[in-house]
Amino acid sequence: MKRSLACLLALALVPGAMFAQARPKVGLLLSTLNNPFFVTLKDGATKEAKTAGFDLIVLDSQNDSAKEMSNAEDLVSQKVAAIMINPTDSDAVGAAIKLANRENIPVITLDRGANSGKVVSHIASDNVAGGKMAGAYVAKLLKSQGNVAELEGIAGTSAARDRGKGFNDAIGATRIKVVARQVADFDRAKGMSVMENILQAQPDLKAVFAHNDEMALGAVKAIQGTSRKILVVGFDATDDAIAAVKAGTMAATVAQQPALIGSLGVDTVKSILAGKAVPAFVPVSLKLITQ
Amino acid sequence: MNKNLFARLRPLIGLLVLSIAISWFSPRFLTTGNILNVLRQTSINAVIATGMTFVILTGGIDLSVGSILAYAGAVMAALLAAHLALWAGVGLVLLLGAVIGAVTGLIITKGKVQPFIATFVSMTLLRGATLVFTDGRPITADQDAFASLGQGYGFGVPVPVFIMIGVLGLAYYVLRHTRFGRYVYAIGGNEQASRLSGLRTDAIKTTVYAVSGVLAALAGIILTSRLSSAQPTAGIGYELDAIAAVVLGGTSLAGGSGTIFGTLIGALIIGILNNALNLMDVSSYYQMIAKGAIILIAVLLDRKRDA
Repeated sequence: MKRSLACLLALALVPGAMFAQARPKVGLLLSTLNNPFFVTLKDGATKEAKTAGFDLIVLDSQNDSAKEMSNAEDLVSQKVAAIMINPTDSDAVGAAIKLANRENIPVITLDRGANSGKVVSHIASDNVAGGKMAGAYVAKLLKSQGNVAELEGIAGTSAARDRGKGFNDAIGATRIKVVARQVADFDRAKGMSVMENILQAQPDLKAVFAHNDEMALGAVKAIQGTSRKILVVGFDATDDAIAAVKAGTMAATVAQQPALIGSLGVDTVKSILAGKAVPAFVPVSLKLITQ
Repeated sequence: MNKNLFARLRPLIGLLVLSIAISWFSPRFLTTGNILNVLRQTSINAVIATGMTFVILTGGIDLSVGSILAYAGAVMAALLAAHLALWAGVGLVLLLGAVIGAVTGLIITKGKVQPFIATFVSMTLLRGATLVFTDGRPITADQDAFASLGQGYGFGVPVPVFIMIGVLGLAYYVLRHTRFGRYVYAIGGNEQASRLSGLRTDAIKTTVYAVSGVLAALAGIILTSRLSSAQPTAGIGYELDAIAAVVLGGTSLAGGSGTIFGTLIGALIIGILNNALNLMDVSSYYQMIAKGAIILIAVLLDRKRDA
């Protein structure tokens, strides 16, 4: 009884004093560490946790939902103050999140969302902002005028919708006209053949924005078959695309910032533990990669 | 005889009507550049659909072609990366396609498994094998000699178009003028009777799946060359385009009747549709509706001749 009173007293004190007494344990559950994207995300979180004074426990789910569940159980039994989860699967992670919910441990998700359980905040790349970046860059290169084409991702996916919205918002105020807007399903072969057809229909085309790098690289192949000079901007910064940007066959690609996702995750946990309100979605900005 | 000829030409008439209608809407459609573009884009589906015609003529179906295409493309890119000579690599990959097809054929004939299930199993297994083999990433294949297979021109015509014509010509000859070709029709017409009259139906059917495997592998080589890259997700859904081309060309899914010429027309109808919808910048949601509707009309028109 005395102890719980002391606990209540400690909680009532300013958070700074609480941190001074003991480093709060925070769990970071990653879907895999066998992928550079998530290793970078972990590095960003680790660095930020050091400055925030957290004891960060990093566990690797090895892309296995069962492993993810047992990792979550380990974190809960260690009585961590908060858990950051990058789910292996948006559906399967529900059980792990509900487990933390029952113990009143706040949960935030990183990069990939969860379909069930109570999540305080979701932190992921802002695809609309990325699309805007691509649009603004195309507008700058074309001096705000000319005909462009848009290769869309699989109809109905959020990535296709958001990236397209951002791009069209950015060029909306310019004299750039989207003369062809066609779906190529995020696929390189389809990106090539759709672009070949667009090239037949549009004799005057200055640039192409593709919702991902695979379609952009397909478009590059189609354009290489002609003697025309058309700027290609993609999205994702895959290895092939970065090489194409370096070689000058692609004008730019939009990169996610995994380290920033990690550090923003830690910042959000800090706010939660300090009792501050946090937004349900924290958009992470992207970076334009040019030659 | 005259009526028969008209029935046979029906898919061709459909193709011509479609082409005239499209050129009405899009003046860019009937330009030399665009026609060559359509032929090049059609070549991959036409090559796969040729193998599919053999399979469907025996009353079977082959769902594994898209996965064979992806696997063959990945192996081709890996062999080139290992500095194997181009022709040796192409030969090995075609042989690989034949072996995969033959194994599927054996599962069907000796294992007595329905073609739909057996080739569905191959489709799933090979897609997985391709993902494991490539580790889920594209493999670059940009050697100049290899690139010319898919990207080159001869006499101003894209090389894949020559490959398509060669494959179609050979298939036409085999089906019309060889004993094997007649056996394929016979099995599709009545397998029981064929077996009882002494045909080695199992061997013929296994060969037919091997043919489909070789042609899917060839299509994989062309696609990989066109992109200068082997994609782990290449060819998903290609089996449906190939089946649609065969059926649009008037070949019966029950087996026993159909022609290679019809398959070419069917593949061209699909290729022209995809091209035209892009040329006219039709919104993707409506594209699927338009594609479905036109294929339905074509098939219904064709069915009338049986009535």
